[in-house]
Amino acid sequence: MSPVLLFWLAGSGLIGLSVYGLIVNPHPLCKLLALNLLGSGVFLLFGVIARRGASAGLGGDPVPQALVITGIVVAFSATAIAVALLLRLHSEAGEASIDEEEDGQP
Amino acid sequence: METAFDIVLALLLLGVGGWSVIARNMMTAVIVFIAYGLLLSLAWVRLHAIDVSLTEAAIGSGATGLLMVIAAHKVAGDTKRVVQLSRGFHALAAVFAALVAIGIAALAFVLPGEPVSLAAPVLARLPESGLGNPVAGVLFVFRSFDTLLEKVVLLLALTGVWALARDEDWGGVPGLRLFPERHSVLGLLARTLPPIGFVFAIYMTWAGADVPGGAFQGGTVLAAMWILVMVAGVRKAPRVSSPLLRLAIVTGPVVFLLIGFLGFLTPGAFLAYPEGFAKPLIVAMEIALTLSIAVILGLLIAGPPKGEDAP
Amino acid sequence: MADLFTILAVTAGAVLFLAGTVGLLRFPGTLARLHALTKVDNLGLGLVVLGLMPQMGLLAAAKMLAVWLLVQFSGAIVTQILARSARGEGER
Repeated sequence: MSPVLLFWLAGSGLIGLSVYGLIVNPHPLCKLLALNLLGSGVFLLFGVIARRGASAGLGGDPVPQALVITGIVVAFSATAIAVALLLRLHSEAGEASIDEEEDGQP
Repeated sequence: METAFDIVLALLLLGVGGWSVIARNMMTAVIVFIAYGLLLSLAWVRLHAIDVSLTEAAIGSGATGLLMVIAAHKVAGDTKRVVQLSRGFHALAAVFAALVAIGIAALAFVLPGEPVSLAAPVLARLPESGLGNPVAGVLFVFRSFDTLLEKVVLLLALTGVWALARDEDWGGVPGLRLFPERHSVLGLLARTLPPIGFVFAIYMTWAGADVPGGAFQGGTVLAAMWILVMVAGVRKAPRVSSPLLRLAIVTGPVVFLLIGFLGFLTPGAFLAYPEGFAKPLIVAMEIALTLSIAVILGLLIAGPPKGEDAP
Repeated sequence: MADLFTILAVTAGAVLFLAGTVGLLRFPGTLARLHALTKVDNLGLGLVVLGLMPQMGLLAAAKMLAVWLLVQFSGAIVTQILARSARGEGER
């Protein structure tokens, strides 16, 4: 088994773990964490694709690598907005929760 | 030997990632997530992607981790964390997640046998830009439009975060006050480290044209220094209505756009560089971007403006 | 000769890393855990850096030394802050 394949398997395992966490963790911050973990697992798959494309003296295909860099920055931006929303919810309601019954809505 | 290292690293990634998913305490989960990010950047080194590794360590692990630590600290009292889900629901979720993982893992065996790669075409045209780092070449020459939009995403995110301020706090100081009083030991760090970090950030940005590094990584180091200074209370965060601050925020995207429009004049296309001037223009862009990225990242972490009395 | 020195120093550093990690996991109380951690920071990393120095060029060796010094500095300060907050809030 090639080392490249190993990281593919790790990436897919991480995606599975974070999907599980995304479903069962009730707190929004934990969901956010799981979502970030999910993103990093997907990025790892990109990394494996880039490594497979190693040629012309380069250790990896630079195009997927650049895509991942952009992806990490965009993921951070989204996380920053999500954290700000979550903290505002927390300061308004006293508790950050996405439980619908709490709001008295159907 | 190297394969053994990779196996241990992959298992550690899965173990630490899984730990941060199932950790009972939110703060534990976040701190484990930061450790996971550092392990992941090691994995990126093993995948021969040093640029990605630097970005992951700086932004994926450091900046995201800091955001999460602050959030976890503020919502630590929430009890909703322990909602009782039935055991059957957990099992169902686990089965579903396992199916997703197995499905994606199985894709590894149906990947096209002949790897597709753009490495050779990138290298063939790279010398025309004068850059030596192929990843920087992709970011600023071949896919510069994406990079421009990514900066706009950062700007939009900052606008979104600021929009969450209360009406009466608008225009005030961002609410990053972790220590009620000035912390003397932290103050020492905040006075000694920034000069070193400053030099390092400039080096990283400058060297990014030819070796791994660049505007994001340099900007993140600058942002980290600024946050350190703000957290230690050596300097207060500026008011978000400050014109100077806003100028720093838009400098990078504006320089990027101006150089983009300049492309209409000489080579005749948006974001095309005039022949022979590609490298100086890109370096000018990177310098402006480093400043803007540093300020935007710092402000994203500092959060929306908040009144003095509202903790 | 240089290789032997590298092997010895890096092994000693790795042993310290292992001991520090075991201490971090097993010691009771925050202060004792910090005590274990500082050994890893100072001596463990220092020995690894020292061991790798003869294998590198002068510039790379200087860079590694700078990394070690920075870790020393920030490690010492972070340990102080953690210890102060641990004493202030009591043991948890």
